[in-house]
Amino acid sequence: MASHLEETHISSYKSLFGVLLALLALTGVTVFASTIDIGSWNVALALLIASVKASFVALFFMHLKYESRFLKIMFIITLMFLGIIIGFIFWDVSFR
Amino acid sequence: MKGRDTMETHTDAAGIKLGMWIFLFSEIMLFGGLFVLYAVYLTTFTPDFVAGGKQLDLSAGAINTIILLISSFTMAASVTAMRRETKKKALVLLGLTLFFGALFLFNKYVEWGHKIEAGIYPNSPSLAAGPPGANIFFALYYIITGLHGLHVIIGMIVIGFGAAKVAMRGVSTRTHTLVENSGLYWHLVDMIWIFVFPLFYLVI
Amino acid sequence: MSTHHGSFFENPSPARFTGVGSWLLTTDHKRIAILYLYSIVSWFILAMIMGILIRVELMFVGETIMGSQTYNALFTLHGVIMIFLFVIPGIPAIFGNFLLPIHIGAADVFFPKLNLFSWYLYMAGGALAIASLFSNGPPDTGWTFYVPFSLSSQTNVSLTVTAAFILGMSSMLTGINFITTVHRLKAPKMGWFKMPLFAWSVYATSWVQVLATPIISLTFLLVLIERFFGTGLFDPNRGGDPILYQHLFWMYSHPAVYIMILPAMGIISEIIPVFSRKSIFGYKAIVISSLAIAIAGSLVWAHHMYTSGMSDVAVFVFSLLTFVVAIPSAVKVFSWIATMHKGSILMTPPLFFALCFIYLFSVGGLTGLVLGAAGPNIHVHDTHFVVAHFHFVMFGGTGFAFFGGLHFWWPKIFGRMYRFKTAYISAVLIAVGFVFHYIPMFILGLSGMPRRYHDYLPRFETGNFLAGIGGFVMVAGISLMFFNLFVSLKNGEKAAADPWGGTTLEWSTASPPPVHNFESKPEIKSYPYDFSDVYKKFN
Repeated sequence: MASHLEETHISSYKSLFGVLLALLALTGVTVFASTIDIGSWNVALALLIASVKASFVALFFMHLKYESRFLKIMFIITLMFLGIIIGFIFWDVSFR
Repeated sequence: MKGRDTMETHTDAAGIKLGMWIFLFSEIMLFGGLFVLYAVYLTTFTPDFVAGGKQLDLSAGAINTIILLISSFTMAASVTAMRRETKKKALVLLGLTLFFGALFLFNKYVEWGHKIEAGIYPNSPSLAAGPPGANIFFALYYIITGLHGLHVIIGMIVIGFGAAKVAMRGVSTRTHTLVENSGLYWHLVDMIWIFVFPLFYLVI
Repeated sequence: MSTHHGSFFENPSPARFTGVGSWLLTTDHKRIAILYLYSIVSWFILAMIMGILIRVELMFVGETIMGSQTYNALFTLHGVIMIFLFVIPGIPAIFGNFLLPIHIGAADVFFPKLNLFSWYLYMAGGALAIASLFSNGPPDTGWTFYVPFSLSSQTNVSLTVTAAFILGMSSMLTGINFITTVHRLKAPKMGWFKMPLFAWSVYATSWVQVLATPIISLTFLLVLIERFFGTGLFDPNRGGDPILYQHLFWMYSHPAVYIMILPAMGIISEIIPVFSRKSIFGYKAIVISSLAIAIAGSLVWAHHMYTSGMSDVAVFVFSLLTFVVAIPSAVKVFSWIATMHKGSILMTPPLFFALCFIYLFSVGGLTGLVLGAAGPNIHVHDTHFVVAHFHFVMFGGTGFAFFGGLHFWWPKIFGRMYRFKTAYISAVLIAVGFVFHYIPMFILGLSGMPRRYHDYLPRFETGNFLAGIGGFVMVAGISLMFFNLFVSLKNGEKAAADPWGGTTLEWSTASPPPVHNFESKPEIKSYPYDFSDVYKKFN
């Protein structure tokens, strides 16, 4: 349903800057973590941190936090779809 | 009865935003296909990928990450400025976003230049002669960063267009919608780089 | 029928254009649908001619009318055109465009200009496909463009995959448009579970279009990059894995078949209740099964690859999932039959096509299980069994639904009724021809005749000859059908707003509809398939 006078949340400069600082900090963390060798877990850890950073960008910079539930669900579903096709291809690649 | 008369100018901003989000989902899948290939080849050629990552310039990658994050901030801030109807601030922030985007591209250009000089480029003799895993690593590197760079350029064009409209017409529902949606695109471009950076520059 | 303001034919939108401009620059979804109708039908006819040429070549052992290079190019183009220019866009671009806004009580789609742009992308893709016929010659790789041959073939592979890339963009933009349309322009009184099933099917299809098409876009982009830059991503000598190409290709192309069939099923779900004078059985089950098909269908792609060299584990997993995805499709077939059971059946050309659909699609689907089972697949992969299977589902399925949709909505779109008798004759010719054309192929495939081969062993000649005869009968039927439809534009009786006794919103407005779809606010019924009024009107 179209509603022309929707509540649009306005993010303050302060909160946005806070998100930026968090992102920069996490970038530092991920660079640092890459210097410690934990074998194959390095990739998982790097992806985990990247996912956190990406969520921050999505939730706050893209305002996904304040969007409809439907949009949030479809975002997750898109990522899940991608995750599944990556996962499924390993049924082939891992067992050759 | 709801509808869209083509002569009408009333804007359903939420609908336009929905359309943009759906488009972004398709972009996620576009890059997703490349991540599929990366995932497979990483497990096949782990040592070569690690070696390849070491050959990339970590500081260039890190700086580019920071540049894009900051540009994402200035972009989001410009949306706030639009919502608060402060035209000048919005234009400054949009300008900064474009500046950082250009900086990113310049950085990438220099990085690629170094690699090409070193004989590392698609179908180069050294790659063809070297370990297959290294060839794949750099093939993916060029394709992914190339496609990403193309999206940075497109993003900048769209943002620039929006900024021009704001400069000419001021803040309105339409210009706000334009800025907000080009912002969404820009954030996606940033998000993709957030994954590209560790996968290529921090492989261990 | 209101003649006060005229139909959308008399009133261009935007209003300032006239003549050819009022068509080429229109943003009226109904006109865009007609633009698509003419272009898509033209491509269908061209590809059909290619198909019959292929079958003529195969009617006799040895070279009949063409050499092997021409043959390879023909089956490639036949596939590329039929799939990317007919079956995938067909129903959404024509019927989706025309009906989706009307079904939900809207005046147009959400992004009308984007809609027109989608059509131009479609035409651009088509133009590139035509361009590929010249200079180095059309591709000979098959529509699947498998590496390594697609990378080394000296033919116009690059042009054709670029065409397909552009067509993919057209498809995605249409998907975005339709999803946004449903979410933002659905009449306030029409809840999600009051939407017609055709609208639901177009909605579900649009999500698959949006999420799956980018993968083929990327895949074709990689083919281009490989052809121009030679990165070696799929070259075993340089670390590449050609099977990954197949994975990427089918990650889209399998969901693509659901893009092809879901809207077709939506059409059947509209036709059956009307001519059974009975509400659709299991409305919610059909909605959920559409979504289930969309989701589950995205997880089975590698059943095209059992013999490619992928792992046995993958073969097992994908085979299992393939069996699962058959279930929601079966749900629909049961629902349609249950709808007809104890209904009051009125035979009309659309119903005839719909009944053919149910039969042919079921046969096609069942043969899909033969292919989906890993064991038998080894025996029939890359044989004519596959060719028969996919023609049963894509042609016997989507094709017949398309024809049924044409006959169902023709009076609504053009305000003219075609001749029933000719329609029945054409339909019978098509159906009989179809059966004689494709059933021999099942047998030929089981007996070992490969597909995409220019020639074959002498023992296969009888089957091929019979198939050829069937093909000619079919093509005669199709030609008669189109002739009948297009002739009605000039000579047909004027059609009433509701010639069939339908209950969805398109039947409550004039034939053809006015430019803004409804003269006055449409009345949203409590349920889209409530036939109580129809009973009163027609009994």
